[in-house]
Amino acid sequence: MIAELGLFSLLLALFFAALLVIIPTVGLYKKKDNWISAAPFYATGQFLFVALAYLCLTFCFLQDDFTVLYVVSNSSLSLPWFYKLCAVWGGHEGSMLLWVAILSVWMLAVCLFSASVDRAFRTRVLVVLGAVSIGFLLFLLITSNPFTRQFQNLNTQGRDLNPLLQDPGFLFHPPMLYMGYVGFSVPFAFAIAALWLGKFEPAWAKWTRPWTLAAWCCLSLGITLGSWWAYRELGWGGWWFWDPVENASFMPWLVGTALLHSLAVSEQRQQFMAWTLLLAITAFSLSLIGTFLVRSGVLTSVHAFAVDPQRGLFILCFLLVVIGGSLLLFALRAHTLQKVINPAPFSRESALLLNNVFLAAAMLTVLMGTVYPLLIDGLGLGKLSVGTPYFNSVFVPLMIPLLLLMGLGIHLKWQQDNVKSIAKRLLPIFIFAVLCPLLVLVVLTDHLDLYCLLGLILALWIIFSTFRLVILRGRQRGWNTFGRAFWGMILAHCGVASTVIGIAVSTAYGVQDDVRMSVGDKATLAGYSVQFISETPINGPNYHGAQAQFLISKAGVEHRIYPEKRIYNVGQMAMTESAIDANFFRDIYVALGEPLDETSWSVRLYFKPFVRWIWGGGVLIFMGGLLAMLDRRYAKVQKPVCNVHAHEVQG
Amino acid sequence: MKKRVWRLLPLMVFTLLVIFLWRGLSLEPQHLPSTQIGHSLPEFQLPQLGTEHVFSTQTVTGKVALLNVWASWCEACIEEQVFLMQLAQQGVLIYGLNYKDDTADATRWLKEWGNPYQAIGEDHRGKVAIDLGVYGAPETFLLDSHGIIRYRHVGILDAKSWQQEFLPRIRQLETA
Amino acid sequence: MPVRFFLTLCLLFSSYHVFANSMYPLASARQQSQFDHLLKELRCLVCQNQDLADSNAGLAKDLRDQVYLMVKDEKSDSEIINYLTARYGDFILFNPPVKSITLLLWYGPLLFLLLGLFIFWRTCLKRTVNE
Repeated sequence: MIAELGLFSLLLALFFAALLVIIPTVGLYKKKDNWISAAPFYATGQFLFVALAYLCLTFCFLQDDFTVLYVVSNSSLSLPWFYKLCAVWGGHEGSMLLWVAILSVWMLAVCLFSASVDRAFRTRVLVVLGAVSIGFLLFLLITSNPFTRQFQNLNTQGRDLNPLLQDPGFLFHPPMLYMGYVGFSVPFAFAIAALWLGKFEPAWAKWTRPWTLAAWCCLSLGITLGSWWAYRELGWGGWWFWDPVENASFMPWLVGTALLHSLAVSEQRQQFMAWTLLLAITAFSLSLIGTFLVRSGVLTSVHAFAVDPQRGLFILCFLLVVIGGSLLLFALRAHTLQKVINPAPFSRESALLLNNVFLAAAMLTVLMGTVYPLLIDGLGLGKLSVGTPYFNSVFVPLMIPLLLLMGLGIHLKWQQDNVKSIAKRLLPIFIFAVLCPLLVLVVLTDHLDLYCLLGLILALWIIFSTFRLVILRGRQRGWNTFGRAFWGMILAHCGVASTVIGIAVSTAYGVQDDVRMSVGDKATLAGYSVQFISETPINGPNYHGAQAQFLISKAGVEHRIYPEKRIYNVGQMAMTESAIDANFFRDIYVALGEPLDETSWSVRLYFKPFVRWIWGGGVLIFMGGLLAMLDRRYAKVQKPVCNVHAHEVQG
Repeated sequence: MKKRVWRLLPLMVFTLLVIFLWRGLSLEPQHLPSTQIGHSLPEFQLPQLGTEHVFSTQTVTGKVALLNVWASWCEACIEEQVFLMQLAQQGVLIYGLNYKDDTADATRWLKEWGNPYQAIGEDHRGKVAIDLGVYGAPETFLLDSHGIIRYRHVGILDAKSWQQEFLPRIRQLETA
Repeated sequence: MPVRFFLTLCLLFSSYHVFANSMYPLASARQQSQFDHLLKELRCLVCQNQDLADSNAGLAKDLRDQVYLMVKDEKSDSEIINYLTARYGDFILFNPPVKSITLLLWYGPLLFLLLGLFIFWRTCLKRTVNE
């Protein structure tokens, strides 16, 4: 019954989405105010029914209703209840329902939190979002119904949730990621609404920026969580694999970052409108393309959902309509929106433009690397693989000029700045940023790693330059004139620097060892003594295995950690639960490999200095974005201004 | 109108991408082509399952035949076994390469699921499989009478792939 | 070409990343770093997005053993790579070789950057010409 209720709710949600698209649109053209202001009601209706459908599916999981095919494939009788909650989005159908649910949440948020946006414009935004929802709801109902029943396999334990997903990190990573991906639909909708309207709303950038920040924050945190989770769960100390699914989340993030910076120019200087629109369309388009890549079987990935070309075809058609339509609209109308003034070569505008050039080049590089095997195969030229070594060797050089620019751009004035005075201000800082890491590395380490030195120079350059800016502004304008947006920028840029430090040091000075150990054996790792103390059998709710105790000691300080090897009862899948002794400056990571004979194991040991700084940086970036979003200028309700600007309607 | 061209660029790039993605739907990225096609079998000598004889390159050369890579730990091989039994009854020569398996387990498995093989070589260490470019089980190689590899099928051998991939090639080999 | 050479040089400089491996003991540090470097260049064919160093698959272990034996035998990088590509094709190499079909892949990023810089130049620097 519950499953049928869920299915019916989805149909009703589709009905409301259709109403949302049709009625206010007719109202806009026929100037019927009632119909225009009905939009939030339809959006709320859609949200309620999608939420109900989601709750129904969750209920089916909690009740172990194995007559629902999706539940029996992703859950088991012995799965702990909190993992059953996660299992709702563990497979393709449920994760698509989560997608639609989160889209509806964002739509509701637009209804509730856009007091400053012009009513008619907001209606257009909601209509666009409604159209996107229709596409996804149709996809769900036609190809990916999570409520399909099955009656063949009733006396079963259930196939269980993939053990890799049975981890607390999994509670947070996908929903956060989806909040980000899906959240970019809002700036997308704002952009399409502007193009649809065909006129330039001067407050457009100010309306759009907080939504972009919200989505970007969620995506930043989602990616950070995913990376941290992979490091903990997967057992080989890696935190980024340039896997197609990871790239699918990274590309929207790169474009989202560019969008944020472009919006800054659009907001302050009313320039770069065309760029901003294009970036807003591209960010969401990449989210959609990412959805396609992961679910269609087109690419090989450890993350990919069950392969189904029919679903792939549906999404592809959807992509064609949504993205193709948006880009066509952009090509036809973008130039009508503003008069273009070329910025001076040495100014904040040009620095931000250059910043976006680098980010866009990085995104295109990642995109090309990800789809290249497909291109080659599609042309019949054979099978090729593009992996981590390729991405690292092309991505890193692109980041170097970007990081340099980060330290410079924040000091530049709008419109025009003076090269000599900037050079005088920043050159000593640059020299300092070069000398410090050089000194530190020479003194503290036994060999100088050039890559690490480069990373540290760039990171310190950003930190010192940012610090200098704070002092300068404080002296010039007073210490209480800093808005939240300014602090947000400082925090986020420092977060980037922290991530760069983490990557540089852990990659260059990390140590890895594969050893054969029996109980009682001792190994040394980077000055630490690692001793295998004991091994005990363990029995969990849905697994059995062995837990080992390791003692990590150095200079009298001792820590005990407990790596495990688990075999999940239902699927007989073996999993390594690695154990980490972590502090602010380094991780000692122990993972059990295979049992080699009766008494010994192959054990993998890692020493990873500063690795936590990578995710710490991600968290700082998230907090910076959050702070910027809460800046007071977005809270003011503004009446639409009668526009007598020179950048007016161009017809 | 040069500006118009710039503005249409994103749309054009996107359309190109969509075309390739569409093509990609009908490809299978996980299946790798064999580099051994057209080459003769690598020389090998393995113990034969259930007898004192040796399973070598000579054993499988002489007539058009299949070399099927299987193991008792491979779940998909069970599905394939039904079809292979049918083929064996039709008179198709099938040789087995028991991949990284244990003799007792393999013997038990054959008793349970049937034995379509003329002879089975035991590749405990997987060395011969590496020489053949095997990367999983099950895989099936089509050999001609001179011991040259003509085709490699990855995954379960079913009626569809038999008709589409194997039969045409077998006919070609037998008429040649 | 010069770009790749420079990058390879940089990677060599920073290859002090120590990968001590007591499961596969080797006579010299040179052999050790050859082994380490090769394992990172080769793809696991079962878990297709992992390299041989990290993968836990059975085939990966077999191939690791094979590479270990060949490194111990003083075979060169290209001999070992040829041995594997003869059996598994170019797909086993993580770094796509620079052939004509991968030209776009390796030079693409540079192209994108140049395109972006061109747009930057047209937007910000041409202005002075127009003034």
